[in-house]
Amino acid sequence: MQPFTAHTATMAPLRRSNVDTDQIIPVRFLTRPTVEGYGENLFNDWRDDPDFVLNRPEHAGATVLVAGTDFGTGSSRESAVWSLTGWGFRAVVAPRFGDIFYGNALKNGLLPVRLDLGAVEVLWDLAERDPATRVTVDLQDRTVSAGGRSWTFPIGEDDRRRLLLGLDDVDLTLRHLAAIERFEATRREGLPTTTRGDLGGLLAR
Amino acid sequence: MAGTTLAEKLWRSHVVPTGEAGEEDLLYIDLHLLHELNTPVAFDRLDRAGRRVRRPELTLGTEDHNTPTRDIRRQIEDPAARHQVQLMRQNCERHGIPHYRLGEMGQGIVHVIAPELGLTHPGMTVVCCDSHTTTLGAFGCLAFGIGTTQVEHVLATQTLPLRRPGDMRVTVDGVLPAGSTAKDLVLALISQIGTAAGQGRIVEYRGEAISALSMESRMTVCNMTVEAGSRAGIIAPDETTFAYLRGRPHAPSAERWPAEEAYWRTLRTDPDAVFEREVHLDASTVRPHVTWGTNPAQAVPLDGVVPDPATQQDSVLRQAAERALDYMGLAPGTAMREVPVDAVFIGSCTNSRIEDLRQAADVLRGRRVADGVEVILVPGSEAVREQARAEGLDEVFAAAGIELRHAGCSMCAAVNEDRLGAGRRAASTTNRNYEGRQGKGARTHLVSPAVAAATAVAGHLCAPEDLEA
Repeated sequence: MQPFTAHTATMAPLRRSNVDTDQIIPVRFLTRPTVEGYGENLFNDWRDDPDFVLNRPEHAGATVLVAGTDFGTGSSRESAVWSLTGWGFRAVVAPRFGDIFYGNALKNGLLPVRLDLGAVEVLWDLAERDPATRVTVDLQDRTVSAGGRSWTFPIGEDDRRRLLLGLDDVDLTLRHLAAIERFEATRREGLPTTTRGDLGGLLAR
Repeated sequence: MAGTTLAEKLWRSHVVPTGEAGEEDLLYIDLHLLHELNTPVAFDRLDRAGRRVRRPELTLGTEDHNTPTRDIRRQIEDPAARHQVQLMRQNCERHGIPHYRLGEMGQGIVHVIAPELGLTHPGMTVVCCDSHTTTLGAFGCLAFGIGTTQVEHVLATQTLPLRRPGDMRVTVDGVLPAGSTAKDLVLALISQIGTAAGQGRIVEYRGEAISALSMESRMTVCNMTVEAGSRAGIIAPDETTFAYLRGRPHAPSAERWPAEEAYWRTLRTDPDAVFEREVHLDASTVRPHVTWGTNPAQAVPLDGVVPDPATQQDSVLRQAAERALDYMGLAPGTAMREVPVDAVFIGSCTNSRIEDLRQAADVLRGRRVADGVEVILVPGSEAVREQARAEGLDEVFAAAGIELRHAGCSMCAAVNEDRLGAGRRAASTTNRNYEGRQGKGARTHLVSPAVAAATAVAGHLCAPEDLEA
């Protein structure tokens, strides 16, 4: 995973709330077998509108997305994150995020930044008034700074450490393989396996 | 010290002791479900890292999103979709993961087949790369959706590092009126608490009205829990749960059953447990509901009208409402019952089980679909389809002018060929009325199976009692 320490860039102001993952990447583009290429279809259907923020030349090259509350709600599709990173975004700022999206972002080096709506509105105004305004998102001291203002954002310490170092979760967990095996030895024997067998009793009663 | 919630008990019983203190626990996963849409990348990465699937016998695959629902024997037309199904089969075969293929008994929507196979025992942890995994909390399981990176992690380790969510409780007292269903109950709930109330939380449902629900209805409620933002929904197991599981293919054997049931009976929230948030709902006030907007909280009773955004005090909600009405092509004050539809979809992991098909058939018996209305009826599994045929429901549907199709997600996810055209309007028994969800530019009204069936007959949104006898 690409580590995230600090990032300075221009912003794309997305003045919308409840941006669900179906809008971020419509389901019909979910059939790619690898993570590459999803950026092409980021906000695919909204990009029909020439005034949509990602179509506006003054916001070209922006790599920090600033959105309204409840960004990334809905489906678990990690391609919502891959489409944002594929486009070039490194961070998304919003007052609240969908739970699964938030976790997926952290696992792909896309920093989800929770700031209250007041701060988001300041960033929207800055980016709209002067699209060249640069914002700095600093994970080391958990701050967002732009236009002479600065805000602190919350993030779990485990998440922060993994993101700063770009650590692979699976490697971290496999250090505990012996503990996992000990746990497995204590699992209750009545728990099911998925091994296929007789399908008698499948139909409802 | 306060007591413990059921969710916390299940969480603690699955924490692998690693000796490392942190904000996250390493949670053991008892059952990992896979479908073809969100998993190829996980296998691709697993293979590139040279890792194997640690517990293939705790993993199950199915095909549901991309698959056709009509002629299931012909080749899938979309090459990308066909490739995904092929990859799913290859990945499962190569790693020894049991898998149900399109059209065979056992196959269907992942959240429908796991319970009917008897794989969801109370007290288990269950994950799947699909947000509607919350459905399975109806069995007293800790069941939640995960991302593709987490799929890779579970495949490789059978665990997930996670922070324990908070606890929320929804108590539903009273009795649901005749004509109101679990779908109406959950739509009414979400319209009250909003799409973010459950964020970072597991919601436990309890109360007289919940206890009275069948397993199918409980699954409908837990399914839509995610639409209130929740990580998971959970209902403590009881006699209804045990009766559903008994005799199913992966249920405990007769010898093992008493010990399992005795354990399941211990799975309850302590009386003095404390929840971060408590919500109360009186079931007797729940009327049939329908959504008017583009998120599931934008719902009103079917006998209501499209609300006027101008009356909304909260500016974020007002702007969302204005935008939604623009997309939906609706004017404030319009009676919901006067809204005509082009299509009706009955299916999805929310409402495609046998009980849902029976509800639809009860309305459709002796009636016909209105001219010009396209009805797509898709059972949740091949077993549900078989059951419907055994009960003669297929004939009821055929007489009404509706074909009983094969199992899949169909026009809920709209990633196979079942899609609604731009500007077309559907009454749909699904879970998401997002912009473009059922097809680019398509307009969705979420309803119960009974309302969907009545709407198919009338050609406009309506309840069964609105139809002429």
